[in-house]
Amino acid sequence: MKTLTRPAPDVRATAAARTGRELPAEAVLELRGVSCWYGDVRAVRDVTLDVPRNQITAIIGPSGCGKSTLLRSLNRMNDLVPGARVEGRILYHGVDLTDRRVDPVEVRRRIGMVFQKPNPFPKSIYDNVAFGPRVAGFAGGRRELDELVERSLRRAALWDEVKDKLRSPGTALSGGQQQRLCIARAIAVEPDVILMDEPCSALDPIATLRIEELMHELKERYTIVIVTHNLQQAARASDMTAFLTMGQDRAGYLVETAPTTELFTRPRQRLTEDYITGRFG
Amino acid sequence: MSVLASPRADAGAAADIVRRRLSRRGTDLGGRLFEALLLLMLLAGLGVLGWLLTVVTVNGLPTLVERGGDFFTSGLASRPERAGVAQGLTGSLYLMGFVAALAFPLGIAAAVYLEEYARDTALTRLMNGVVRNLAGVPSIVYGLLGLAIFVVALGDVLGPGRASGRSLLAGGLTMAVLVLPIVIITAAEALRAVPVAIREAAFGVGATRWEVVRHHVLPYAAPGILTGTILAMARAFGETAPLIVVGAVVGGFNLAYDNPLEQLFGRYTALPTTIYDWAGNPPEFAGNVYAAIVVLLVVLLGVNALAVVLRNRFDRRW
Repeated sequence: MKTLTRPAPDVRATAAARTGRELPAEAVLELRGVSCWYGDVRAVRDVTLDVPRNQITAIIGPSGCGKSTLLRSLNRMNDLVPGARVEGRILYHGVDLTDRRVDPVEVRRRIGMVFQKPNPFPKSIYDNVAFGPRVAGFAGGRRELDELVERSLRRAALWDEVKDKLRSPGTALSGGQQQRLCIARAIAVEPDVILMDEPCSALDPIATLRIEELMHELKERYTIVIVTHNLQQAARASDMTAFLTMGQDRAGYLVETAPTTELFTRPRQRLTEDYITGRFG
Repeated sequence: MSVLASPRADAGAAADIVRRRLSRRGTDLGGRLFEALLLLMLLAGLGVLGWLLTVVTVNGLPTLVERGGDFFTSGLASRPERAGVAQGLTGSLYLMGFVAALAFPLGIAAAVYLEEYARDTALTRLMNGVVRNLAGVPSIVYGLLGLAIFVVALGDVLGPGRASGRSLLAGGLTMAVLVLPIVIITAAEALRAVPVAIREAAFGVGATRWEVVRHHVLPYAAPGILTGTILAMARAFGETAPLIVVGAVVGGFNLAYDNPLEQLFGRYTALPTTIYDWAGNPPEFAGNVYAAIVVLLVVLLGVNALAVVLRNRFDRRW
């Protein structure tokens, strides 16, 4: 059976030893020259980026610049798209996730995902949350699973709203509740990193704010990478921001990455400044 | 437009024009004629169908009422008042059983492979095209296929002795092959209707492809698959041509076997072929023919109604 426990802290040291160099402090994911292709079309070009532990990293940029593609490459979700491939290295605990020998199922158990449109399973709220642990070979009994479901729903700030109707379908919840259910489902397998692909784009402003508050609580335990087209959201909710835009070849590339306040107040690049002040994009 | 031509046009006059235009009744004569034509065609189609059903029912009901249960328990006989559908009905139910036992597992497995596992290669596309075309092949061709393979080539195994190859097993296998492409296509469509977002959600929490299929895709597609396969069963129940080729019509279902296995290897008939057989008999058989058609139609409508009920009951909105 596969364990779901977080890797011990010394993994980092081992990883550093194996790669033969010092890792920048705190980086959970290290992208090194990452390019994403769909067939012969390059969607993302040469991105080098560190994702710091227990922080929220926002990826912003105009539509079609490859933000989602880049995000979905981080947990091998793009394996499901025919013709998609990744060049460069994505290091996670020193292991290159782009290596074909790496099992994508194992990757996704550690790097979970929340999607643009809430996509609960057409099953009960309970079964939505319990699915991940079950397929991961959850070791505990009935009561332990109940506790895990409750804990996950609490962490997703949904417990109080659904505790009396765990058996009713997840699809009957409101959009914002559904998205929090999807977050509960993602954290039920105790991942290390949670990827969020424009998680609020289908939600109203109040539900959006709740998700942002929730992200702030979640970063205590998890590392979050969020793709957003909403600049205010990136400015409000993230610690680090990476700005991608499209080059002449229509492939997205990284213009600038910096602590969020710095990027929004003192952008180093002209392109960044133009984008965040609304001059293009 | 005249209303807009002069912005300084007198406001009262402009309002007048607007009022007149808006209150002008529709004078779309061509459109109305077309609508009437469409309605006429619909009624013509339904009329023929209704007429057919009426003729069958009017001619068949008296025999059914007169004979009662006897009609369902008697077998083939030379005198119309003693002939019944027992053998035909049993044979047809057996054939449906074959379809259920053979075509469904094979068809659903093929569909799951094509939709969930196969990579999008030229070979996969070719296979999809072949399946599609096979579903459109006339049933008589399947009859000839069954004759060549199950009756002639495998006759000694499937229908030894007096059956001379024309056994229930040969007929059932032919039927299963006939509906297999239909089962694959309907199952594949049902699988395709499960949104990609659901698959991604399941993959996203670390499910393997098998777990995604087993826990999500198959259960959510089940109502659609079920509906399609039930309709395929109805097809097997009503199909006549291939059975005539593989020998059902000359048979006679021996209802007296103690061991059902013996029935599989023996001669048989089916309801539609019974009707075909009787239709060639002297006119005294007319009542029997109509009554048997009523039985056939009632079973088919029942099966189709079941498919509709199942679909509505498990209808899922994404």
